[in-house]
Amino acid sequence: MRGLKTLIESSDNLANGIAAAPGIVIGKAYIYKKEILNINQSSVEDVEEAIQLFHESLEKSKKELLKVFNVAKDQMGEKRSEIFEAQLMILDDPVLISTIERRIREEKKQPESVVDDEISKYQQMMFMAHESYMRERALDIEDIKNRIVKNLQKKRWESKISNDVIVVSDSITPADTILFTKFNVKGYVTVYGGLTSHAAILARSLDLPAVLGVHGATENIKNDDTIIVDGFHGLVFINPNEKQIEFYQNKIKHLEEINASLAELHDKPATTTDGKEIELFANVDVSGEVHLVITNRAKGVGLYRTEQIIEELGEFPDEEQQTKIYANLATRLYPQPLTIRVFDIGGDKVKFLDHEEANPFLGLRGIRLLLANPKLFKEQIRAILRASVNKNILLMIPMVSTIDEIIVSRQLIEECKKELQSAKIQFDKHMQVGMMMEVPSAAVMAQDYAELVDFVSIGTNDLIQYIMAVDRGNDIVNYLYQEFHPAVIRTINYIVHGSKRAGKKVSICGEMAADTLAIPLLVGLDLDSFSLSPAVLPTAKKVIRSFSYESAKTLANECLQLNSHEKILKRIEQFFAENNIKRTRNIL
Amino acid sequence: MISETVKIVNNAGLHTRPAATIVKIASKYKSDFFIKKDGLKINGKSIIGVMTLAAEMGSELELTFDGPDEINLAQDIVGFIQRGFDEL
Repeated sequence: MRGLKTLIESSDNLANGIAAAPGIVIGKAYIYKKEILNINQSSVEDVEEAIQLFHESLEKSKKELLKVFNVAKDQMGEKRSEIFEAQLMILDDPVLISTIERRIREEKKQPESVVDDEISKYQQMMFMAHESYMRERALDIEDIKNRIVKNLQKKRWESKISNDVIVVSDSITPADTILFTKFNVKGYVTVYGGLTSHAAILARSLDLPAVLGVHGATENIKNDDTIIVDGFHGLVFINPNEKQIEFYQNKIKHLEEINASLAELHDKPATTTDGKEIELFANVDVSGEVHLVITNRAKGVGLYRTEQIIEELGEFPDEEQQTKIYANLATRLYPQPLTIRVFDIGGDKVKFLDHEEANPFLGLRGIRLLLANPKLFKEQIRAILRASVNKNILLMIPMVSTIDEIIVSRQLIEECKKELQSAKIQFDKHMQVGMMMEVPSAAVMAQDYAELVDFVSIGTNDLIQYIMAVDRGNDIVNYLYQEFHPAVIRTINYIVHGSKRAGKKVSICGEMAADTLAIPLLVGLDLDSFSLSPAVLPTAKKVIRSFSYESAKTLANECLQLNSHEKILKRIEQFFAENNIKRTRNIL
Repeated sequence: MISETVKIVNNAGLHTRPAATIVKIASKYKSDFFIKKDGLKINGKSIIGVMTLAAEMGSELELTFDGPDEINLAQDIVGFIQRGFDEL
């Protein structure tokens, strides 16, 4: 630690940010800039490749639009969905396509600039007409233009990313993160985004170091600069000197030793010193993480976020695709359980049907969106049921706020079971159905709601966000996102008691469980199991094995009496000191 | 080559759905098909082109059909427009 302090003081090439995902990496920077609908006017060298890209983007747009069209037909009726059909036909328009191809050949321009120019010509003609509906039509055409351009730009970015780089960007969307995993990206640095942004969560679950909220990163760091990313302390060294490189190479070696010692705990249970076992499950975002679940000996998957499939595919998976994905995961994990959370779309995760809401976090998301689209919901339920033949799948409902949402969901599940039965398709008749406790109204009603489900899981990210009325992605107010706020601790305690009175198991699956500092308190609050990023499982196990349930209980009871975040944090730190528990970031 | 002039008889004019149907019909034939209105000449096999035609009720379209199956194509298209896009 002292070495680090000296190093920081003597450095003038250092940028500070939020330590969003632990780990250290030294590597080449890749500046990932998104010029959204900023049309690139440069010329192309390989005309045939450009035309190929143009056709790929048409195909991609067609696939996306077809999914939207199918959902739209249900939701908006024939009249409004007409425009999607016309948009689909535009993607096959022989006159438009041949004109664009010819112009790419003759003018050697980027396909996106030719697409933009050609379609805009038609829009101008529409705008010139006197009829008001033509203006509307011009705006509809805008949609399809933007879609093709967006897909072209995505292709262009993909073709530019090289392997083994550290990505430096203004911000990173979940879709970007998935794209980067294909290129074996080594770490992330971003200008915007906080500890609980989706980018941070994904970086942690993929075990990649990340420093977010580094102001000016995309200006001060250039492509191919060597940088050191210290995800423990939120530090980025730009073009480090020999002393800095040597210092961090030693840290990396030290880190490998710590990991090796954690590996020795593999076959040991997560048991407190007085013998209470805590079940550790893993959260899974992308299917690539499953190997980590297995190598880190989780008891199963406590949270599989299915909306990630939409991110990965760039479209809604149909029932067959879903059945395959779920069955494959369940088989790989068997006999361990797989808890599948149905699509939690909305909020910051997936934009649905391009429709804008003033307050997406308070809008149509989670179970609300699914109940508004029963066709989509039932397809997913049937896929989950069909994958459940080995009886190791549980279904979990996100964002429950009213009792009707549970009742109607369970009715739809029963309907799906009947449909499968009459089609003579096998499934687990007793598949457990659980709910997320993450909305304050559900927390207050914990016992009543818990009685209607088979298990309960506390989602701390949203729960804290809604209790504190703070947007976790907004770095101006995210200091109010306090895991140890007394209201948060007492609410968790209330949910645990309510659920237990209803005779139901209760687990915790938010990022809070992955914070080693929170572990003793959560054990003391009597949670039966934790679900966390597979990469942090060994560390969590090490912490659990270093204190007694008895002392954690005392800690929890004392914290329940305290009235501020700071006091609780101080009490927890004291607990760590008393029990001589070291946190990795402090060792380094 | 066949030339025909037709009048739009629908209240709603040439809106998106019939525009799409016209293009779908035209695409089944080998012959060329062009639509002229107010000096603007549009290829009848291009949906984005047909959509730029602001043709309200009562407006006139000049159609030309040219190719081996022009007679059948002309019959199909003219019939569809005269029947009020099968929406009346």
